[in-house]
Amino acid sequence: MLSFLIKRIGLLIPTFIGITIVAFGFVRVLPGDPVLLMAGERGLTPERYEALMKQFGYDRPIWVQYWDYLNGLLHGDLGQSLVTKKPVLDEFMQLFPATVELALCAIILAIVIGIPAGIIAASRRGSFVDQSIMGTALVGYSMPIFWWGLLLIIVFSGWLQWTPVSGRISLLYFFPQVTGFMTIDSLLSGQKGAFTSAVSHLILPTIVLATIPLAVIARQTRSSMLEVLGEDYVRTARAKGLSERRVIGIHALRNAMIPVITVIGLSVGTLLAGAILTETIFSWPGIGKWMVDSITRRDYPVVQSGLLLIAAVVMVVNLLVDMTYGLINPRIRH
Amino acid sequence: MTDTFSEDEVLTAAEAKRETRRRMLADFWFYFSENRGAVIGLWVFLALVVVALLAPVIAPHAPNMQYRDSVLMPPVWQEGGSWTYLLGTDAVGRDMLSRLIYGARFSLFIGVIVVAIAVSGGVTIGLIAGYFRGVVDTVIMRVMDVILAFPSLLLALVLVAILGPGLTNAMIAIAIVLQPHFVRLTRSSVFNEINREYVISARVAGASPYYLMTRTLLPNCLGPVTVQATLSFSNAILDAAALGFLGVGAQPPTPEWGTMLADAREFILRAWWVVTFPGLAILITVLAINLMGDGLRDALDPKLKRS
Repeated sequence: MLSFLIKRIGLLIPTFIGITIVAFGFVRVLPGDPVLLMAGERGLTPERYEALMKQFGYDRPIWVQYWDYLNGLLHGDLGQSLVTKKPVLDEFMQLFPATVELALCAIILAIVIGIPAGIIAASRRGSFVDQSIMGTALVGYSMPIFWWGLLLIIVFSGWLQWTPVSGRISLLYFFPQVTGFMTIDSLLSGQKGAFTSAVSHLILPTIVLATIPLAVIARQTRSSMLEVLGEDYVRTARAKGLSERRVIGIHALRNAMIPVITVIGLSVGTLLAGAILTETIFSWPGIGKWMVDSITRRDYPVVQSGLLLIAAVVMVVNLLVDMTYGLINPRIRH
Repeated sequence: MTDTFSEDEVLTAAEAKRETRRRMLADFWFYFSENRGAVIGLWVFLALVVVALLAPVIAPHAPNMQYRDSVLMPPVWQEGGSWTYLLGTDAVGRDMLSRLIYGARFSLFIGVIVVAIAVSGGVTIGLIAGYFRGVVDTVIMRVMDVILAFPSLLLALVLVAILGPGLTNAMIAIAIVLQPHFVRLTRSSVFNEINREYVISARVAGASPYYLMTRTLLPNCLGPVTVQATLSFSNAILDAAALGFLGVGAQPPTPEWGTMLADAREFILRAWWVVTFPGLAILITVLAINLMGDGLRDALDPKLKRS
């Protein structure tokens, strides 16, 4: 296991260096001079321009600049937002829990519905139930989620008035951020109604963000269940006279889950990409919306470091998934 | 006996080749058409192609014509609707139906171009990586890992920020983001095929690396690539619409479906139709392509074929 881990981490290092090059190169390949770009339309005097060039170190060779950038990264210096003047890392840390809360809820919803749906479809292959489940899954898989979100807002917030349109919690409530998870913090605050408000804000974004992973998980569960159900050991289990429930629930499911776990792991990237759209639609103050806003505001230090941080998060999660994978399936380790 | 073929023999060889090709197509169609969803998807897709091609003929109005006296008119079946504007009008009085019809052009065009760039680039790079292996392969795969480390939509978004907003740049960005999947697929197919007898015999017969890559290996890698291409086609349409929605893809007043949705956002609670129809159009298109993709996978993947 250890050697597997070391090999896997060894593979990450070149990828991480590549990511830093992309993030570093990002500001450099933007058309135009970075200092002029940051100055915007106000313009600069030549002296001020020189001073800024020196201050940011743009007058030195590019590899020295890259080295400095890397050094800064390793010391936790990710630059400063041009708009808020706050360190990018602080902003990220403040907004990240919101995205994690939403993504966790979404993936839990996707798993809780997706896996049983896939199992039911596989165990009744070809039936009406199977066809309806798979049809729905394909629709979910093809869904433009930004439109799906708007549609849900029209129905549940507009016509039925059941859920709020945007944000994480009603403005009536205010309490300190302890965990960063609004649902937990609202409970900790002990304010009446705060938790309900947080949950009602969470429902629609969760559904929207869960849609594609749910469909993918259901499809994968069905197809790997079908594959496993044809295996000899399943036939043996049936021949032993075990109930269908035991055959599917114990003998088949455990082996069918391995590809499903891979798919769940891979959907972390999908969730973060989906968070960009979902958070924008529901004005959810997480890193997805933060990135979109920074791009439109041309807040390049934020875009640069945000890109790096998000890629790093995806990388770490993928590593964790691979490790779980190695734990469940010993064949992978060697 | 001479060592050249007679004209008859050449003809039969060509005919035999044609015959196998015909048989393969018939075989493919047999498996494809067994999947009812795939056939429906194909018909819907063909209908969309026809709509896109004949847009100027079918569309009742010009897509960007603003009828100022009929702003935000509901669809015909709702109170206040009119037969002039079947699906209603948007906030500046443009006919929804006509815009949707013209939008089909953009979406299909985006899909075709993006997939063409991603496939040609990805397959070429994948062939090179798989054929030469070693350092070349390692470098290429590490670069692909870097691209894949970023969530695709985020990377596309940032690329568009660098290149500048607009449909062309959005398409380039999406193609770059989708292309690593083709590299990986092609490379692993090449790895599977390269030690088979037919490849070795071609190599022994003196085939050049170029010939080996393009004529011997490539045709045998195309199955999975085709399936991935249909998936990428629908992904390209979705991502382009998403970029349009975020305001960095096709720019207004282009009747691109995602851009139309972005314009419509502020009216969601007042005029449901300006939001509903463009999204429905995206969904139907993507669904049709994914249905076809499932059918293609069943027909092309020998593992799933029922013997």
